[in-house]
Order: sequence, then structure tokens, then C-alpha cells
Amino acid sequence: MLTKRIIPCLDIKDGQTVKGINFLSLKSVGDPVSLARAYSDQGADELVFLDISATLEGRKAFSDLVERIALNINIPFTVGGGISTVEDASVLLRAGADKVSVNSAAVRTPGLISEIASRFGSQCVVVAIDARKVGSTWRVTTHGGTRFSDRELFSWAEQAEDLGAGEILFTSMDHDGTCGGYACDVYRRLSRQLGIPVIASGGAGNAGHIIEVLSPDGGCADAALAASIFHYGEVLIPDLKRQLAENGIPVRTPAVTDTAVNLQTDN
Amino acid sequence: MTGIIDYEAGNIRSVENAMKRLGACYAVSSDLAFLSGCDRLILPGVGDASWAMTKLVEKGLADFIRNTDRPLLGICLGMQLLCSRSEEGDVDCLGIFPNRVRHFSSAFQDNAALKVPQVGWNDIVSLKTGLFDGVAEGSYVYFVHSYFADIGEDTASVTEYGIPFSSALCRGNFMGCQFHPEKSGDVGERILSNFLRLRP
Repeated sequence: MLTKRIIPCLDIKDGQTVKGINFLSLKSVGDPVSLARAYSDQGADELVFLDISATLEGRKAFSDLVERIALNINIPFTVGGGISTVEDASVLLRAGADKVSVNSAAVRTPGLISEIASRFGSQCVVVAIDARKVGSTWRVTTHGGTRFSDRELFSWAEQAEDLGAGEILFTSMDHDGTCGGYACDVYRRLSRQLGIPVIASGGAGNAGHIIEVLSPDGGCADAALAASIFHYGEVLIPDLKRQLAENGIPVRTPAVTDTAVNLQTDN
Repeated sequence: MTGIIDYEAGNIRSVENAMKRLGACYAVSSDLAFLSGCDRLILPGVGDASWAMTKLVEKGLADFIRNTDRPLLGICLGMQLLCSRSEEGDVDCLGIFPNRVRHFSSAFQDNAALKVPQVGWNDIVSLKTGLFDGVAEGSYVYFVHSYFADIGEDTASVTEYGIPFSSALCRGNFMGCQFHPEKSGDVGERILSNFLRLRP
């Protein structure tokens, strides 16, 4: 049975890991490659690395980092942050990323989604959408939630799918950083509306929140992404997966191989 | 020496990285003379089946693959290309495995709620062949695909997504896996290690 995915997200600035609380105050929490390996060993199903560097040097450090991650990690990973052209995406995919996530640039130029999808395949295009509820409307924001666009969440998500998005990663800017739980009603609606996987992000404070957003009676999301609760060890992935399984949610259990393999000398 | 067959399809980089992690000696090539001398071959691939078949024929690789006696592992699209025919672009493939490749949406009946592509970790059961030495029934591996090979006598592992399908195939020296062993954690590395121990 296809399992629900648990995805730790690492924010990267100048090649180092940080996590923004409500995207404002930044606090360094470690070396990306060793953190990534630790998460992979714990049973993370996938990883996301978001580059929040503002400088050219920072962005170069990020693509170098992507190469190191690809060499050292044996599970899929997505990279994003500031991808505004097919060339930006191409550099990161060639460095070894499995998927790229596009956000603000796609809102400005939706054709970017179809360009990347037609060149590299839909499977590597994650469209990240940030939105805030204004009255009864979920309005799409850009630039880390600081600017409102004229788009509405559900119609934009559908358009992104039509343009070739392989997955939708939705973050509620009203929930992000609050640790008060995900916007489950929104994920439920997105998941029913779209034919592609939906990744939930923003608001996880404990294991119960993740159970709720992945549950068929809750958010119906295909994957849950979180950062702080994993980085600060408030939720440990093996415990989380055990609790998910106890609640009837299919998850990948730890690797089942026997003795380590010894490769013969290969000429 | 393991030869990774280069026909301009994607995902070669991730297969190369897995070879490096496993300490294997490998080279990426489309040169028939070089590939003929390799101990074993990998046919990777992400993309469109009809485009890929055109490339394989153009480069003379289609006949080479059909006739090789080396252990050969097709990964993802690479496995589908070893089948008889694909619905993707309605194209004849290499015909090593008699299985046909279909789109999930043409196979789903009561499972319209399932998303296509299948993205994520699913389990493999009814494991056959040395590729799965040391891999337990029900292990999880990583999939990203919209097309699948049906079940047949060459089926070497079964996975279910709406319907059961061949997540691996094997016939003589030819093997294929629909999932990505290079992205499937320790289980995937075990499968690749098993392949790397095979000799002509």
C-alpha cells in the first residue's frame, strides 16, 4: 500500500541550516548534510531544502550543497527558494536534486511550471503555494508571505496542476510557525479537488497534528512537511511513525534487510 | 566494470551517485564497443517511452540491448522499455519481457480517487530472483510513475496501487525494477549491491 510521507524541511542560508519562525527571526540549527543523513537514518521519507540566501555567493553555496546532499543521501529530496527561470531549475536538477519547488516566480509567470515540466518531467515540479485567509477567501501570497498576489488558492492550485505540476505544497501563512496545527479543512478540499499529491506544511506542533492532517477523516494530505518540531527534537520520526501506524495511517516502517553486504572487488 | 547506458534520458546522475556510494567501478556511455566489454549494464530512464525508444534505435542501442548476454538492469522507464509494448506514445518496446505497459488511469475502475502518478514509498511482495537476496517481503521502495507493467510469468515482485502490477521483472540475464533503487534508502542499496555482484 502506498504510504503517507513524512518530510522534514531544512531552510538553508549561505549553505547552513536555519528555521524561520513565521519567516522572521532566523536561528542556526546545524550542518545540512549531517542533519539530512540523521533524518534519513531516522526514517524520513523525503527531504526538502529551501534556499533563503539573498546573495549570489549564497546561491552558489546552495548548488554546491545540493551536490553534496545528492552524493550522501539515498532518499528523494526537493530543493527550492528563489527559482525564477528554467535555468535556475536546471542547475539544481543537474546538481542531483530529484525535484524543484517553485513559488513566487510561478505566481508571476505561470508558464515557468509548464516549461520545467516539459523539459524535465512533471514528476520533478513541486508548486509551493503560500496563502492567507482574508475574509472568506484564501489569497495567495509571495515573497515568503509578505506580499499578496491577485490569485485565489483553489483556482491557482488547479491551474498549476493543469500546467504540469507534479505535486502541490501548500503552506497556510496563518498557521505557519504557530505550532497550533495544520489548516486541515483546506488540505481536505485541495486533496479532493486535485489529481496530484498534496503536501501539507505550516503549523505542526506535535505528532497529533500530523496524524490529523494525514488522516482520511482530517486533512487527507499525502505527505506532511515540518521543520522546527523535528529540528528541536520535539517529535522524533520513529515515534511519530509508530503513532501514525497505531492510528491506521499507512507509513513506511524501518528498512528490513539482513546482514550488511560485502561487495566483491569490481573491475 | 558496470556500464550505465546513456541515451540522453534523465536520472543518470542519481544512479551514478548510488554507484559512488556503493564504491562500484562504473562508466556512463553510449559507445557499443565499450558497453560490450562491461560486466553488467544499467538502463536508467525518466521520461517518455516513445521518445526513449527513438533514441535507443537511433544510437543502435536497441539491437545491442536485445542481444546482450550481460546482466542488465532497467530502472523505472528503463524497465518499461524492456517490455513488449507501451501505451505511452503507443510504441513497440524492446520485447524482452512479454508484459505490456499501461497507464494507471486506464486500469482503475473503482479507484478513481487514487492519484496519478503514484508518488512515494510502497511495498514489494512475492519477491523472486537474486536481486532481492536479503530483502524481506513487504520492504518499502520509492516509486514515481504513471505507467505500469502488468503481471506475467516474468514478474519478480508485486506491488499494489489500485491494482497489482509488476514492480520488478526478471528473465534470464534481464532484470527491471519500476521503483528507484537509487532513491530507496538501505533496501534500494541492498538491491543494487545484489545486482553489482552478478557476472556474465
